[in-house]
Amino acid sequence: MTDMLNQEVVATVNVTIDGVELQVPKGTLAIRAAELIGVEIPRFCDHPLLEPVAACRACLIEVEGMPKPQPACAQVVSDGMTIHTQQSSAVARDAQEGVLEFLLLNHPLDCPVCDKGGECPLQNQAMSAGRSESRFEGEKRIFEKPIPISAQILLDRERCVSCARCTRFSEQIAGDPMIELLERGANQQVGIASDEPFNSYFSGNTIQICPVGALTSADYRFRSRPFDLVSTPTACEHCASGCSLRTDSRRGEVTRRLAWEDPQVNEDWNCDKGRFAFRYQAQDRITTPLVREDGTLRPASWPEAIDVAARGLQAAGSATGVLTGGRLSVEDAYGYAKFARGVLGTDHIDFRSRANSEEEAQFLRACVAGTPLTVSYAALESAPFVLLVAFEPEDESPIVYLRLRKAGTRVVSIATRGTKGLAKMGGSLLAVVPGREAQALRDLPADIRQALSQPGAVILVGERIAASVGGPTAVASLAAATGAALAWIPRRAGERGALDAGALSGLLPGGRPLTDARARSEVAAAWGVDADSLPSTPASDVLDAASRRSLKALLVAGVDPADMPAPFVTDAALERAAFIVSLDHHYSEITEFADVVLPVALVTEKSGTFIDWEGRPRPFAQVFKDSLAMSDASVLGMLARAMGATAGAWDGPGIRREITALGTWSGQSAEVPAVEPEVGPTDGFRLASWRELLDAGVMQEGEPHLAATARPVVAVVSSSALSALGSPASVTVTGPLGSVQLPVEAGEVLDNVIFVPMNAPGCSIYTDLGARIGAAVDVTAGGVA
Amino acid sequence: MAELPQAVRGFWVTFRTMFKKVVTEQYPEDAAKFPPKPRFHGRHQLNRWSDGLEKCVGCELCAWACPADAILVEGASNTEEERFSPGERYGRVYQINYTRCIFCGLCIEACPTRALTMTNVFELADNNRADLIFEKKDLLAPMLPGMVAPPHAMVEGSTEQDYYANRIKGPGPVDQGVNP
Ligand code: SF4
Ligand code: SF4
Ligand code: FES
Repeated sequence: MTDMLNQEVVATVNVTIDGVELQVPKGTLAIRAAELIGVEIPRFCDHPLLEPVAACRACLIEVEGMPKPQPACAQVVSDGMTIHTQQSSAVARDAQEGVLEFLLLNHPLDCPVCDKGGECPLQNQAMSAGRSESRFEGEKRIFEKPIPISAQILLDRERCVSCARCTRFSEQIAGDPMIELLERGANQQVGIASDEPFNSYFSGNTIQICPVGALTSADYRFRSRPFDLVSTPTACEHCASGCSLRTDSRRGEVTRRLAWEDPQVNEDWNCDKGRFAFRYQAQDRITTPLVREDGTLRPASWPEAIDVAARGLQAAGSATGVLTGGRLSVEDAYGYAKFARGVLGTDHIDFRSRANSEEEAQFLRACVAGTPLTVSYAALESAPFVLLVAFEPEDESPIVYLRLRKAGTRVVSIATRGTKGLAKMGGSLLAVVPGREAQALRDLPADIRQALSQPGAVILVGERIAASVGGPTAVASLAAATGAALAWIPRRAGERGALDAGALSGLLPGGRPLTDARARSEVAAAWGVDADSLPSTPASDVLDAASRRSLKALLVAGVDPADMPAPFVTDAALERAAFIVSLDHHYSEITEFADVVLPVALVTEKSGTFIDWEGRPRPFAQVFKDSLAMSDASVLGMLARAMGATAGAWDGPGIRREITALGTWSGQSAEVPAVEPEVGPTDGFRLASWRELLDAGVMQEGEPHLAATARPVVAVVSSSALSALGSPASVTVTGPLGSVQLPVEAGEVLDNVIFVPMNAPGCSIYTDLGARIGAAVDVTAGGVA
Repeated sequence: MAELPQAVRGFWVTFRTMFKKVVTEQYPEDAAKFPPKPRFHGRHQLNRWSDGLEKCVGCELCAWACPADAILVEGASNTEEERFSPGERYGRVYQINYTRCIFCGLCIEACPTRALTMTNVFELADNNRADLIFEKKDLLAPMLPGMVAPPHAMVEGSTEQDYYANRIKGPGPVDQGVNP
């Protein structure tokens, strides 16, 4: 394999372009070779990540020895070839001008009302490579404009140049061939099937790559012009895929977000959630500190609020629990980890605002925290085999899905339900009962074990493994036994960073075990505190401790009780804690309980870093430079000073320096968990569930167009279970708390399994059913009995 | 005359001028007697089609062309229920900041629909800055007889092309600045 790669690199050909001789790798396209000498050939359909089609003919060049001009985007250069582009050939220039004139025949020239105006390749290339006059005098072809091809994507067929970028993206990259070029000649147009809108998770990318304004979004329609936008390089806060984005803002308001090219991570793409879900940021902000007085929150000044919070926390001291949620930047998570240990002296800290277990925590400390970047996107592309465990890439980490699909890697998924996403990756399913992944991992067929022991094989495990007793143990031992590389892919953007920052009990920054004296003294030295003041025994579960009243105070950041499998436990914990300080940017259920609320900055109001699932830093710059909002870490710094502690840096750059100086742990890592799998019968229907990409998540609020492209909310049972139920159109699923009625369809699940979306509109398994993954639920045909 | 002392020569000029025709115009007393020239660059106006629909399509090209950054436009979608201009798009927000405007007229040249023209009105002084930011309501052309205030539908059976090609006939000048 290495030999082959080397050979490919060595094999070159000599070509002459516009009189310049150059050597390029064999197989290079003429359009790319010309770029190497700084010649830009006009193009529309050509895209480096899509297969060439030579559909638009804008790139015609003259090749010596060929009778007619050739499309540079599909012409592979061969040894000794002599090429003339528009720079040195009148034939090529004439051909290109002719094609542009032709492309503009039916174009409506409605640039003033087109969202692409100002950043349009057709506008630009008509100026740079077209003629100034058109000879066309007839009537232009007229289509109704614009027609929605989904609730989000609008199609203006008059503007389309039939380059097929959108259709090729959907088919080749996303695997959702829902749009297609229909008809021929002047009537050629992009279209959808009448019964299936373009509801792809990746549909927004087609807008970005459409070289004209044929595809626009309902969301950004007429919102601004490219020339009055301020662009900032950012990273997506929605999931752990780690997409680079460009955030465009105008007059203190985000107007749109685009995928920003990063070949190592998201290439040129991103998902629709990352692109379109940002309005939540501006809604319902907390603008001033709040202090509770006589049972109600009232606005307070910063000094007063800090003072009240500091006194309350000081009184509770090490009997304080810290919940950080999974959405913080690594700097802020580090701030909490430091505040808990170095200022409060408590180890009661947890970033996991979702189903979790002590076994999972152990697994994360031992196998994930502070590990170097070994399993990367590139590793997925070159892996001979990938095993997915409790992880649905298309819903839970879309760029992982795109990369596995791109590579055509052999994929096997240990999952509770076989999905279209899995089929689109060409993967096969090893169906399990929810919560029983551990047993399946132990009894893995020999051929899969075999495949895992090939060099480069990868196990990708999702955060839902926490719902399986013995699951994390089984994953760790499978990786150890087969030698396969292991990567943990959480859903939220801040989880990996929080883990590396030590925002989990028993763990200090850089993957250092809290129980190790050397680890404690390294960290204490970096923070400038006494090593003996740091807690040295891992604490128990925060919520559990709080609801048993062994904690006196809680410090909470961005946690939604509805995300927890037992929201009532969270509520009870919140009610019982004597003193609650909430750092948040939005009003939430936590702020209802809080004694002090301190407003903090949004991702757009600060700079910082997320760590994606690979362990790769994803820095984001501050969009609104004149914002006065303070990051969580800065606010914690004020609290620390008010409590008479310093403990090193609390500002972003200072924390980054501290993290870099600390580095990662070089000593013995924590013990891997050893938990026996759950056994025993799985009677009745067992609940399988995960969060779909587009659902009722709080960060998708205020986006009606995006929400309308979400998947329909349906329950899935096996076909035999469906007929056993009497093939109803809908079912009622009942859990301990209540029931929901859902349309039902047959799918790839085991006969005693029912899949229900975890947090869809009107259907939350936690708050509506009160059931967690793997729980027995009651399923009856039809409406509520 | 050449032998007369310098001082006397100077006074002679003054004396002679007393009998010449006065060219100084009295402002504001005689303002009405001396209207500005028709092509004088005065306050802007946002014109209407002859049925009252607005010509501005909210394209922001005027704002782009403005060398003084005096114009702010935000576009929005026309809907069937609420239509302000023919076609898809209209100018929802339109502001000209007259503390910045240098009356160069580049915005007028940039406007693709002749929505924006300049009137001859030059009396724009004020005692505060805020009032010198003119909003859309301050800039819109007056309603002429036969016009209906938007929002309303396009003339029955017409398309936006009919408007742009000036095939919609109604009362009044459709694209000339009208002095209020
Ligand atoms: S809609 Fe855009 S991307 Fe699709 S074929 Fe037409 S021009 Fe190309
Ligand atoms: S006045 Fe003219 S140039 Fe300015 S936004 Fe309106 S249509 Fe465009
Ligand atoms: S870019 Fe070559 S044919 Fe379109």
